[in-house]
Amino acid sequence: MDTASAPPLAAPLDIAFDYTRSLGPVLGRFMTGLRDRRVLGARTADGRVHVPPLEYDPATHAPVTELVPVPPTGTVTSWTWTDRPLDGQPLERPFGWALIRLDGADTALLHAVDAGTRESMRTGMRVRIRWAAERSGHIRDIACFEPDAGPPHPPDDSTSGDPGTSSGAGANGELVTGITTPIRLSYTHTTSAEESRYLHALSEGRLLGQRCPACRKVYVPPRVCPADGVPTEEEVPVRDHGTVTTFCVVNVPFAGQRLDPPYVVAQVLLDGADIPIPHLILGEAGDVRMGMRVAAVWRDPATWSTTPENIAHFRPTGEPDAPYESYQEHL
Amino acid sequence: MRRAAVLGTGQTQHQTRRTDVSMAGLCREAIDRALADAGVDWPQIDAVVLGKAPDLFEGVMMPELFLADALGAAGRPLLRVHTAGSVGGATGVVATSLVRAGIHHRVLAVAFEKQSESNAMWALSIQPPFTAPIGAGAGGYFAPHVRAYIRRSNAPEHVGAMVAVKDRRNGALNPYAHLRQPEITLNSVQASPMLWDPIRYDETCPSSDGACAMVIGDQAAAEASERPVAWIRATAMRTEPTYFAGKDHVNPRAGAEAAQALWQAAGITDPLTEVDVAEIYVPFSWFEPMWLENLGFAEAGHGWKLTESGETQIGGRLPVNPSGGVLCSNPIGASGMLRFAEAARQVMGRAGEHQVAGAKTALGHAYGGGSQFFSMWVVGDTPGR
Repeated sequence: MDTASAPPLAAPLDIAFDYTRSLGPVLGRFMTGLRDRRVLGARTADGRVHVPPLEYDPATHAPVTELVPVPPTGTVTSWTWTDRPLDGQPLERPFGWALIRLDGADTALLHAVDAGTRESMRTGMRVRIRWAAERSGHIRDIACFEPDAGPPHPPDDSTSGDPGTSSGAGANGELVTGITTPIRLSYTHTTSAEESRYLHALSEGRLLGQRCPACRKVYVPPRVCPADGVPTEEEVPVRDHGTVTTFCVVNVPFAGQRLDPPYVVAQVLLDGADIPIPHLILGEAGDVRMGMRVAAVWRDPATWSTTPENIAHFRPTGEPDAPYESYQEHL
Repeated sequence: MRRAAVLGTGQTQHQTRRTDVSMAGLCREAIDRALADAGVDWPQIDAVVLGKAPDLFEGVMMPELFLADALGAAGRPLLRVHTAGSVGGATGVVATSLVRAGIHHRVLAVAFEKQSESNAMWALSIQPPFTAPIGAGAGGYFAPHVRAYIRRSNAPEHVGAMVAVKDRRNGALNPYAHLRQPEITLNSVQASPMLWDPIRYDETCPSSDGACAMVIGDQAAAEASERPVAWIRATAMRTEPTYFAGKDHVNPRAGAEAAQALWQAAGITDPLTEVDVAEIYVPFSWFEPMWLENLGFAEAGHGWKLTESGETQIGGRLPVNPSGGVLCSNPIGASGMLRFAEAARQVMGRAGEHQVAGAKTALGHAYGGGSQFFSMWVVGDTPGR
């Protein structure tokens, strides 16, 4: 393959973590209220009621301590429409995203309105909370809002959502103190032109370096020289033999780990290169030394692709150790 | 140049999980203490600067947006600073610059991390496509460089454990510290599990929730203060690439050049003699001798001798991390500011049980990324020249 003209490589990078949130006294009571089908707003020193609640008064900066119930009905103050809901949004059919000022509140809450059609949405429309069947103390306890034909509730109306269920509010569990917020991020990771050439060469069993035209250092993998800020262009083959400059024995297990500890991650200065690459050394962990000579152990060529994992690991060659002076500038 | 001073500092109780507070509440615990320590109230604050390590650590993009109310930023400028683990120090330097530039009279600097909301080890070990699965968190990154230091300096193996014993015992004097271990011994450290050989469990920083805040004021604000202030004698920041051919991971050039600029700006020619106490960012024990050399307190290869001879203990020639340091509390984004604030507390005479007697000149230091970002300051009990 003409690696010089090969297009950049791209592959998905999906990362995910179930983050936790400790809520503190204000948001904890708000979430507990939602679980119990009650909406609480924060009253600040100027008398305004904020829904969702603020933890600190933006004018006085004092902690908010007073939470007041507001009714489950309100008015749309502005809106937009989504024809194609995305994964994780409140509704799977087209819906309105609306700013909704609950009766008795002075600020608006962003949520979904299950209005059926765009034509049914309008600023000033009356809406009511549709509670989720299963509630845990989370903003998703409000499944969405739906159009409401009833009269406005007075601000001091503290009845909860559905008739006949308010008596149990607040009595069915402990204070909610935390929530889990799963976050999924999906990227397309694209390599640079220099890295792409390196990876294409790897898929052919070759290790490719490039020499910086300014400092003359050979970079593996090739990259814009970090010291001089200029692209490297002159391609230089490097050997799949090298010297361990330094290393770490990883004994600690952790989330997302792909290898079973213990294993050795070494900085390997390939012969002909001026910067080490990190890779695995297999064998007895206790035998790995600074200065040890090692060679790449390639996987079956039938499995090769554009990845450094074509090299399964490095193995000791049995040659005498490289003298410290030969690699001390690379530590 | 205009003068600036730390008027007050505040920090949280640092621990593994502060599930009693939200991120906003965590920040405010430190902020409210800093305002009280400075003897100032919200109307006197002109601007807010927030520092926090990578957003992946809490999974909140740009937390400064939702924290604006809690940080008292309504109606004021709010800046966010990003420099990985050094960010707490960089945040202090940015706040100082705003005062020294004559733009603001009093600036509130805040830094935090709520590590319990996620897992930094996971966040620091994400494997992008086209790479080998070899990442192993911060310990996996720094352990090879610690090994290189030991080889280069011929330091005895027990020096790392000595740092851990000193810092954990110092932490026992600090009521805010996450780890307080007055009974720790050299033997117990050396018997603790080897996590990232050559770094042992007891030579590793904990994972903490915590925050730190400082009020930084101009000369008029400092002179109006009823309590002693910490005059900011000099600041310095430098950066270098994470990797480049010939990078010295043991003694990074950016750190050495920042230190050189710092001492020059502070009028210090012999740091070991002229600095009374140092709060240095030591997340793994061996970084104490490494940074002693990088900062110019010792010649290259000799930093470990200061540690081994006990000179970095409280009562020694240069007490290092009398607060217990990062080895006792590591709310990552705040860890650098804690170093800066603890240096200030020393020269204000407000360091409590870990006060170094007669401390007049102190260093605060932080680093971040792959030994890539460096920030530091010198504070004193007088404005200096």
